[in-house]
Amino acid sequence: MKKILVTLLFLLFGTVANADCNIKSGSINILANDFPALRTLVETAKECKGSADFKVTHSAEHNKIAVPALTANPSEFSVRVAANSSIVPLMNADLIRPMNDLVKKYGKGIQESQLITIDGKVMAVAFMANTQHLYVRTDVLEENGIAIPKTYEEVVAAAEKIRAAGKMKYPYAAAYKAGWNLAEEFVNMYIGHGGEFFKDGGAQPNINNAKGVATLNMLKKLADLSNPDYLTHDSEAIKVEWESGNVAIMTLWASRSGTLLDDEGDANITAATKLVAPATVGGGNIPAATLWWDGFTLAKNRSDADAEASFRAMAHAASSKEMVAKAADQAVWLVEGFVPGPKSVGVIEAVKMGAKPYPMLPQMGLMHGALGSEIVEFLQGNESAEQALKDVEAAYITKAKEQGFL
Amino acid sequence: MPNRSFFWFFFPAGLAMILFIGLPIISTGIQSFYAQHDQILIEVKKCDPFGCKTSVVVDQEATSKIKEEKPLGKFNGFGTYIDRNHLASDQVSEFWSESKSVGEFIGKVGNLPFYKALVFTLTYCVIVTPCVLLLGFIIALSLNAISRKIRGPLIFGTILPMIVTPLVGSLVLFWMIDAEGIIGANLQILMDDPYLSVKSSKALTWITIIIYGVWHHSPFAFVVFYAALQTVPQEPLEASIIDGASRFQRVKHIVLPHIYPVVTFVALISLMDNFRVFEPIIGFSAEGSAQSLSWLIYDNLVNEEVILFGSAAATSIMTIVGISIILTPVLLRTWKEFRTNR
Repeated sequence: MKKILVTLLFLLFGTVANADCNIKSGSINILANDFPALRTLVETAKECKGSADFKVTHSAEHNKIAVPALTANPSEFSVRVAANSSIVPLMNADLIRPMNDLVKKYGKGIQESQLITIDGKVMAVAFMANTQHLYVRTDVLEENGIAIPKTYEEVVAAAEKIRAAGKMKYPYAAAYKAGWNLAEEFVNMYIGHGGEFFKDGGAQPNINNAKGVATLNMLKKLADLSNPDYLTHDSEAIKVEWESGNVAIMTLWASRSGTLLDDEGDANITAATKLVAPATVGGGNIPAATLWWDGFTLAKNRSDADAEASFRAMAHAASSKEMVAKAADQAVWLVEGFVPGPKSVGVIEAVKMGAKPYPMLPQMGLMHGALGSEIVEFLQGNESAEQALKDVEAAYITKAKEQGFL
Repeated sequence: MPNRSFFWFFFPAGLAMILFIGLPIISTGIQSFYAQHDQILIEVKKCDPFGCKTSVVVDQEATSKIKEEKPLGKFNGFGTYIDRNHLASDQVSEFWSESKSVGEFIGKVGNLPFYKALVFTLTYCVIVTPCVLLLGFIIALSLNAISRKIRGPLIFGTILPMIVTPLVGSLVLFWMIDAEGIIGANLQILMDDPYLSVKSSKALTWITIIIYGVWHHSPFAFVVFYAALQTVPQEPLEASIIDGASRFQRVKHIVLPHIYPVVTFVALISLMDNFRVFEPIIGFSAEGSAQSLSWLIYDNLVNEEVILFGSAAATSIMTIVGISIILTPVLLRTWKEFRTNR
């Protein structure tokens, strides 16, 4: 009888034990941004922590914490969940370790395409893709007889029509908060115009040109159709605007669609919200958007045991078919077995249209920073586009000199 | 007090000041003279889920070797101080030679990040400090004149702005001036302009931050002045009443001279505080319209993915110099009085 019971128990809990990756030692401490897909991923990693210590910090301020925390020796975190842009400062300062050995040993379920390799060294394992694309309110568009916009010129025309009809005062929204968000919008729009940020592969800036001016003018047109407080609005703020029914067309991250379309808020708005492809601009073929991946990296200043435990837990999550099946609408997973749902439309269309990834260059962060503060005065109408671009280049050059890039 | 016992009294505080204030300032000073080493970039093949391409990365092997030899970085002298993001000496002289009028020159210089921040910081300082002194003094006088029964609750209410965390205080006002907030929406109706935004207008943002500054700092001045008012002797006041002095004359000729040292003290502290204005800029998300010197330091340290230590250190040192310059007249005056009193 006892034997049967033990067998039964074993059978019952056998499935749970299966998720345990048999990690015996080490400690795992994860630093990650805060949105639903990352929470799901970390929860999945936790399932298989075994007897290792497990801690996690989800923070929207992750970029500010990462470099100082990983510079310490031993590093505060053993895992940093990073993206194309945030991996660069970590690599510049040599704070993350290559994981070829671990991938070979424990990375069975990880697909080749998930590996971020620099000169053959695996520096990160990606698990999801992200981009910024259009969200539209089908009810408002239909009411005004507007087709779903495919270019930003059409977005402007549509928004003007909606405003003229007296339906909404500020029909367009995008995260234009001065700083990182605003710079990101510039990056998208400039790439949509076919622009290159640096002169022939070097670190000399290359934005003060006709494409840069066209980019700024388009941003200004869109800003004029947005809530006048746009310079203080980040992704979260425009999401709230959308949920209050103030906006008909919006450019937002694909990863935010999960909470935008959840059961909270006005059901009519949620039902009428449609995710569509990112828009092109200025007659270009490629979308005015950048492709992003999110992946995990391992801190260099941690023991091998910690790195091994961390890798095994994270690799379990980054290859979990159950997770991508369960959380299919939270993100566009790069994991094997993912079946794209309606919320993946933006990213998939962006890839189909040949969108470019965000430039993973060592000096790009400085350019991004200079853009975020120097183009504000143009949007406020206090400066010409040429002057704003000149200021961006000058601010960038000064910082790049201090950092030794020029 | 004999010098010897004064020394031992002062010793623990002095030691803490040297350790936690003096040494960091020296270290910041040293840091400000250094820039990063030249980056050694190599071309490599990079692959991600969206494809492979050849581009540059920092060569870690070569870099770590240089870093080990000179961990502080490349000596840059005053290079960081005079670059475009700080004093911008080259740009300023260039603007001077190419500008046709003084106005044009000032406009161009005001567009440089450091001067832009300096202008806001000084404006804030120059407007907020006198307003705080005046308002604090008026509140203290009024409260001192009313019945003792209701004085307690009133004092509590008055110092509330100082109790509220600066960030929370600014956020409350931030929401009120939103285009759909109570102040923002009413301003739109009042001015008959549906596109009016307090947050996107530079002038209105400055005014908001300044009003917030006065609101937040006045209680401090009030508390100190109120305490000082309790020490004003009653006899000369009564004598002046008998002589037929008006309320204004009494305040001007008796109260003010009596609490004058306290006024100097409050002015000093307010000037220092206001020169380092920072929280309201974050609370109001006003980075676009208003930047202060402290915000520049913050921006260099956290807002970019690349941390600019040299730049931040140089701005910090210049902030310290700025505060010293602003305080000089007040300090000189205090020193003179101190000498004459002896």
